[in-house]
Formats: sequence, C-alpha cells, structure tokens
Amino acid sequence: MSPLLQQLAESFENVTWEDSHAQDVARVPGEDWEAFARAAKEAGFEICADVTAVDWMRQRPERFEVVANLVSMQHKSRLRMVTSVGRHQPSVASLTPIWPGAGFAEREVYDMFGIEFEGHPDLTRILMPDDWEGHPLRKDFGVGSVPVQFKTSHQVS
Amino acid sequence: MVDEKTEIGERGRPPSDPPTETLDIWVAGTEEPQFQPTDEGTQEFGRDETKDRLDDQFGRVVQDDYVFDDEVAEDERMVVNMGPQHPSTHGVLRLQLELEGEVVRRTKPIIGYLHTGMEKTAEMLSYSQGSTNVTRMDYLSPMHGELAYSLAVERLLDIEVPARAAAIRVLMTELNRVASHLVALATNGMDIGAVSMMMYGFRERESILAFFEKTTGLRMNHNYIRPGGVAADMAPGWKDDIAAILDDLPGRLRQYDDLLKENPIWLARTKGVGVISPEEAIAYSITGPALRATGVEWDLRKAFPYSGIEQYEFDVPVGENGDVYDRYRIKVDEITESLKIVEQVTETMPKGDYRIGDAKITPPPRARIDESMEALIHHFKLFTEGFKVPAGETYVAVESPRGELGCYLASDGQARPYRMHTRAPSFYNLQALPIAMADSLVADTVATIASIDPVMGDVDR
Amino acid sequence: MTTVDKAANWARTRSMFPASFGLACCAIEMMATGVAHYDLARFGMEAFRASPRQADLMVVAGRVSQKMAPVLRQVYDQMPDPKWVISMGACASTGGMFNNYALVQGVDQVVPVDIYVPGCPPGPQSLMHGILTLHDKIMSGEIVN
Repeated sequence: MSPLLQQLAESFENVTWEDSHAQDVARVPGEDWEAFARAAKEAGFEICADVTAVDWMRQRPERFEVVANLVSMQHKSRLRMVTSVGRHQPSVASLTPIWPGAGFAEREVYDMFGIEFEGHPDLTRILMPDDWEGHPLRKDFGVGSVPVQFKTSHQVS
Repeated sequence: MVDEKTEIGERGRPPSDPPTETLDIWVAGTEEPQFQPTDEGTQEFGRDETKDRLDDQFGRVVQDDYVFDDEVAEDERMVVNMGPQHPSTHGVLRLQLELEGEVVRRTKPIIGYLHTGMEKTAEMLSYSQGSTNVTRMDYLSPMHGELAYSLAVERLLDIEVPARAAAIRVLMTELNRVASHLVALATNGMDIGAVSMMMYGFRERESILAFFEKTTGLRMNHNYIRPGGVAADMAPGWKDDIAAILDDLPGRLRQYDDLLKENPIWLARTKGVGVISPEEAIAYSITGPALRATGVEWDLRKAFPYSGIEQYEFDVPVGENGDVYDRYRIKVDEITESLKIVEQVTETMPKGDYRIGDAKITPPPRARIDESMEALIHHFKLFTEGFKVPAGETYVAVESPRGELGCYLASDGQARPYRMHTRAPSFYNLQALPIAMADSLVADTVATIASIDPVMGDVDR
Repeated sequence: MTTVDKAANWARTRSMFPASFGLACCAIEMMATGVAHYDLARFGMEAFRASPRQADLMVVAGRVSQKMAPVLRQVYDQMPDPKWVISMGACASTGGMFNNYALVQGVDQVVPVDIYVPGCPPGPQSLMHGILTLHDKIMSGEIVN
C-alpha cells in the first residue's frame, strides 16, 4: 500500500482495505464516513470525482452500498470509498460540506435510490419530476416497459 | 462553499402529502390521457382546464424549489425562468435566475428534462449491447462514452485488446474530440452573436462525420468501440481521408481566429466573463477544459493514460483567468493538439487484429459461421445470452471533451451488468454555473453556459 | 380544393418557420441539416424561431422524458394555427431503444404528429425527406389544417 494510504489506514482501524483490479478500495463503516472523507481530503485527495450507489438486494448483508471515487492530483492516484447502508431508512453522512461538487451526485442518489444524506443543503429530486413516487434504480422498481409486438420480455438473466 | 441563505428547507416533498394533481400524460397501461388535445382549427385564446393545471404545476415547482429572502424586497428582485425550451441553453436545461434589474444575483439549475433511465436500461442489455446505450449519453462525444464503458468491461474481464485496436480507439476518440470542440465553438459563437461561426463549425464537422460514417456506419452514436476491441477494421483508403482532414483543418482554424481572436466585440463579451477560480473549480469537481482554463494542468490522458495514448506526443493547453475567453482558446488549441495525435496514429498504426481473438467475447467473422460449427455456436451464445463477466467492480475514466468521463461498473457474474453508472462530466460542470454567473449580466449568462459546454444527455442520462 | 386554398398551401409550404425544439442527439442532426452542407435555407427554413408564437412547424428532435412532456404540450399549444409536427428520430416516434419508465413512448401520446422520421439519429437527408414529404402533403391538400 502506498505511504499516502498507509497513514489513513493507521488513523482508522475499522476500515478494511481491498485491491479491486489495481485500484484501492476502502470499506468504511457508516459512522466513520465523514471523518474518513475529511482525512482523505487532507491527505491529498482534492477532487471527489463521483458519488453513486448500488442496490445489492439480498446478495449482501446490507442492502445498499454508497460509493465515492476520489482523485488526488498531486499524487496522481485514485481511491474508492465504499460504505454499506441498510434497507430501513437508509442514510449516510453527506460529503457536500467537504467537497461541494458532490452536491448534485448525492441528490441523484437520493432520487434514484432513496438514500438520504445528512447535512446536504438541498436534498430534493433532481432527475425525476418532483412528485414522482418511488426510486427508479432500486431493483424492486420495475423497468416500466411497454409491451412491444414480437418481443417477449425484457428479462434480466 | 455552501450558501447559508439558500435555505431550501424540506428534503423533497414526500410523495403522498399533499395530494397533488399532476398531469399524467404518460400513463402505463390502458388509461386514456387525462386531457384533451387541441381541436384542429381553433385558436387557443381562452384558458382551459389543462392550462390551469399546467400553471399550477409550474407554480408549485417554483415555490418549492426556490425559497428566497424577503428582506431584499426593496431591491425588487425578480425570479425569472430560463428554459427548458430556449434557443441558448444547449439542450433542455432550466435555469431559475434571481434578477436584480439586469444583474443575476443567484442561479439554480434544474435538470432532469432529458432523463432517459439509461442506467436502468443498461441492466437489461448484455455487455456487448451496452455500447449502444452509453453512446447516447454524451451524444457529442459518443466514442469517449463507449471507450470508458469498454475499458471498464475489459478490466473486469482482465483482458488486453490488441495494439491495433488500441490505436484505432485513440484515433477515433481524438477525431471525436475535434468534432465535439467544433460544435462547442459553433454554438458558443452563435450564442454570442457570431452566426458565421455556426456555419464554419458544422461545415468542418461534416468531413469528420463522413469519415466516421465510412468506418463505423453512422454519423453519430456509432456503437463502434465495444468490449474486446472495435467493431470493424478501418475502411480502405482511410489514410487518404485522414490526410485530407489534416490538410484542411489548420487553415480553417486560422479562419476562425481571423473572425474571433482579436475581434473587439468577441473580446468584450468573453474576457472577464464567467470567471471561475481554481479553488472553486476543484471544490466543485469541475474537470476538462473548464478546469484547465483556470490554470490547473490536469488532463487524464497525461495523468492516467489509457489505450496506449502515452506513446503519442501532445501538449495540454492551459489557461490563466478561467473566463469564457480562456475556455474558448483552450478548445481551439485542443483541436490542434488532437490533430497532432491523429497524425501520429496514422503514421504508426500497427498491423494486427482489430479485436481480441477470444471467441468467447468477440463474435467470429460472418463467413466462418458457414464453415465451422464452433463459430456458429459462439455466435449464437454471444448474441442471445452474451458473455459473462466475473463478479467485481471497477471505475475507469477517460478524458472526454468536457472532462472526466468515467464508468463505474459492478458485476455479479451474470451476462448483464448489475450496476452501470456513468460519471458524467457535464453533470458536475453544471454546478459551476451558479458561481460563474453570480453578479453578472443576463447576456453573460448565455456566454457562460455556452462556454461550460454542457451536453444534457450526459447530465440527465 | 379552391384556387385560394392552393395559393394558401403554396405560401405555407414555401415559408415554414420551424420552432427549435431540439432535445437530444437528433437536435445535432437537425442543426446539421440547417447549416451549410445540407442547407435548409434553400427551402426557406433555416431561421429556427425561438418563440413558438412565430413558428409553424415543431420538429420534436430527441427523446421526451416524463418531466419534459408538459413543456412539450405547452409549447405546442402556444403555436398558432396552422401548425404541423414532425417527430424526428426513433425516440420521438416510439420511445426508441429506451422502453422504460423515464420516457414518453412516442410523442404522439402528447401532441398530434404529421410526419414520423425514423432513424437513430436520422441523417440530414432523412430529415429533409421528411420535411419535403410534409410540404408535398400540404400542397396536395392531404393534410388540411
């Protein structure tokens, strides 16, 4: 592990580190999410490239995973932070106070998955109409397709 | 940098409270649309029920989205809606401007008018069909979207494409960068008033699109760069076509410079307008020409090279002031740099396969299907079920003309992606608009949006 | 058809003003049709009117999402008669490759369409063929508006 991450690993013992296809991934427990993010920013990860989520349904013990991709320009490296979020009233700390660029991304995660971000200045729907019911990217939200002649199904294998 | 005054209170109105009367125009199933279309031949002068409901809906949206300070009533601030249908907003972007006379005090971009559910669709398509989906996200640089997606799939599969495929990918993406910047310059010029720039930009683009049509079959949305390589080899005579483009374009760029570079009107409308500082740009995750215009030298082609692009020599133009003029200059300079790369690729194009030979991933040539049983079976399996990708997740990013275009792909071992997310550069670049447009004139709004160059397909996906 | 009708139809086709309603990828092809190489100015149509009040023809170029559908309807209602609608591209005609929750499956759910131009995106030649077909239909009186 690079010295940059070594320091982060020492400050946070609850974080497990993985290597996913030559990229560093830090699995951070929910309560350390914000503190770890601040520490990462101080260590040199100036840009938060992306915040997104995955709905694992029953494949993992906790239903959702929130993923944040960080980029360090000075060290030319990337880091991925992942945290697991449960199915009942899913919520996690917001990264917007640390990196304002995560604002829109967290709104999209809220819109598409229903995960709430504590501390976000404006958590409203961003892509769907304001009165839309449901969270489209959850696995239990159907794709909403119209029956088309000669095409049997839109099946996920 | 959070504006404390913008206290936009409640988190998104819970769907069941209060009962809202929405215009269910698209209702799945057999219900009829709930409003009556216009009678042919009658003018719509009177207000009818439909209009009231529409107004109601729009009125509610304004109220809920935007809470502004009542204490500045004596300045008479006005909230004006710009878009989503507006000739100068580059697609369906809606901006709520809080105006004090002609000065824009605050802006709120409202997006979602082009949301296509592409990430949900990606979960229904197989991995080789995935390119058709991502190509339509950023429709001005489809090759970059396809490249990010294909690189992500290849990383999960742990395969390397042949050198020729990698070189073809670089060639196509750099030509696409030229085409995209030409559109950006064209629309930027037209929005500010230089309508000839629109004609020039699209005229040059036609020669590049003709080349794309010859190689990939389509002028736009090519579905050419697929996991495993590219869809087809270069067309015969491609070197002459590229040579013609390389001969033609530098002279045209000089023509644009004659029109714009020292033009006092252009300078007055672009210098010092829409300024973003480097700290703001980094904080708001802005990448691409908008970031480089502020003086930060950050280009993914140099920092995290992909597809063999490190073998080619090129510079990365960087600006100083972070204003519209610098963003315009960077686009022109990037066209020149991309043409350099195209020339180098043409000269050093390696021979070999245009796609990986693994029959489990790329389909066999059509002729083989008549000869070999295995080829027929592979073809059948690949086009019905698709190839399975081992479980895992990865994030790959390329430098698109708008910034960092990344693809986050999570697979659970099946033949369809479990989760495909695109990190869209325009989505993040739009967050720069409120900063760039604060305390500027309405006319500068148009120039700023055009220079940030958002592509709404990318923003809304 | 009376001579007055014929004269009116002739005038309508020879000076149609399109309203700019470009949404997505098809909008780029519509722009390409309007500028230098595939010139729409030879039909008198290069000036895309920004305001629907001054336009005759609405070319719905691109995918119409749920959020955009009321806006589309409002712009259509704001156009004065006679007006025509061309649905450009697969997404506008039928929802295209995106058969999902987010898109209106065909703008004819929202506005009445006169000409459908298929393609993804339709090249400038296809769009021009669609426009010229519309001109022919108006001239011959097939579309009475």
